[in-house]
Amino acid sequence: MSILPEEILHLICPMHLLLEPSGHIRQAGPTLHKISPEPLEGALFLEVFEVFRPRAVTCMKQLMQTEGRKIRLRLRGGVRTQLYGVLVADGQGGAVINLSFGIHVMSAVRDYALTSSDFAPTDLAVEMLYLVEAKSAAMDASRNLNTRLQGAMVAAEERAYTDTLTGLRNRRALDAVLERFKRGRGPFSLMHIDLDFFKQVNDTLGHAAGDLVLRHVARIMTDVIRKDDTAVRVGGDEFLIVFGGSMQPERLGEIAGDLIDRIEQPVSYDGRECRVSASIGIATAGGGIDNPDELLEQADMALYASKRAGRAQFCFFGEGPAGEGPTKVASK
Amino acid sequence: MHGLILRTFQVFVEDTYGPGIWADVAEKAGLEMPDFEAMLNYAPETYSALISAAETVLDKPAEAIWEDVGTYLVSHPNSEGLRRLLRFGGVDFIEFLHSLDDLPDRSRLVVADLVLPDLELTDNGSTQFKLRVGDGLPGFGYVMMGVLRAMADDYGALVLLDTESGRRGEQYLMVTVIETAYAEGREFELAASSGGGGEG
Repeated sequence: MSILPEEILHLICPMHLLLEPSGHIRQAGPTLHKISPEPLEGALFLEVFEVFRPRAVTCMKQLMQTEGRKIRLRLRGGVRTQLYGVLVADGQGGAVINLSFGIHVMSAVRDYALTSSDFAPTDLAVEMLYLVEAKSAAMDASRNLNTRLQGAMVAAEERAYTDTLTGLRNRRALDAVLERFKRGRGPFSLMHIDLDFFKQVNDTLGHAAGDLVLRHVARIMTDVIRKDDTAVRVGGDEFLIVFGGSMQPERLGEIAGDLIDRIEQPVSYDGRECRVSASIGIATAGGGIDNPDELLEQADMALYASKRAGRAQFCFFGEGPAGEGPTKVASK
Repeated sequence: MHGLILRTFQVFVEDTYGPGIWADVAEKAGLEMPDFEAMLNYAPETYSALISAAETVLDKPAEAIWEDVGTYLVSHPNSEGLRRLLRFGGVDFIEFLHSLDDLPDRSRLVVADLVLPDLELTDNGSTQFKLRVGDGLPGFGYVMMGVLRAMADDYGALVLLDTESGRRGEQYLMVTVIETAYAEGREFELAASSGGGGEG
């Protein structure tokens, strides 16, 4: 027998068991009494508990062989909570076993309505419960924040004025610019640009090649326009340039011709050449028309005229096609 | 200034006085965004602007507001999560008092960048305690005063509280525990009920 009275174990190890050499339970800690549906004292340990790790244990002899190693077990009756334990021989043929809930402490506390006094004062179980609860509160707050930020991002994108692929302005920006001209009533011109043969590039070389072409075209437009002009990708392979102030038709024609020339320069993608051209319709608000919507329609009609005349050329509203002919375009 | 502190102040005003009053406080404090995020950081001067705006709008001295915040944190259903975390500190009020030394470390375990003033408990006899509240967060002593008052009720303990200022922004809270089991107290189970845990 040990020198210390066995009762002290109740306080410092409330989940301990003392086993007789026969395998019967002589003493069990108060917390174990709380979780076991059967009376413990006098019962055979292996009839109340099932030891399944490191391997199944079927007799007292095998149980004693686990000495000093972590065993895993569960109650045979009731909630069958999993437990961890360690056995030490008492030198009299019997053994002392101490148990713990380990990672299952959360469910054990819930299942058996345990309180702080069911754990040894040195046990970290309550700290662990505290941490789990506090961490989930913090995680919730974090998750909420992430959800809100995501919503804010979507909203910001909806309000954005930039076309993400090309870096040009987008349709929404165009509306704002036109609205400004509407209010300001200053003169301005519109150039409606539609790429020719773009679909072929997309179909034969893939969307990545198409995107490359669009970015290339966007760069050309950015080069061509002045600071106060606005280049917009209105969708797909369709672009619009808003020129502020009054501009001579000759100058607009030069710009359109230049654009077509440069857009027709082949772009290399993955060792292959992408060749496109552009049809352009031009409308100016010189002739007393300064309703932007009307001007948009005129530019669109002029573009249609260019397309109809064989593409790869520009056209002023109210005039026939002019400038570049389709000769230079090499379609794929 | 940690967003958690500002957010706590916001939900305190909203839950106690209503969103309209919070909007007034936020406007008076010159906040660009009236909503604080608990997990973000804000300019340090936001806190003092907020407190003085609240003093004007609520027509109350800051000390009283701070103490109300402390009481709110323990007793309002919306901050039940925090009350539970505090109750993990001990099985009775005296044990809870002794756990206060660990409070700043405990909160750092959860929100690593939340720095709260030091707390240090000394006992003069078994029922007389003195809690030193370090500097770093103006009003934290008064918040703790409200927390202690509400936690005493929570444990069902009967206590007397008093405060005095120390050096360099420190504050002392004097706690006299007259009886630990004076009233029923509120229930506390270790296992969290589902859906528990509010903001704060």
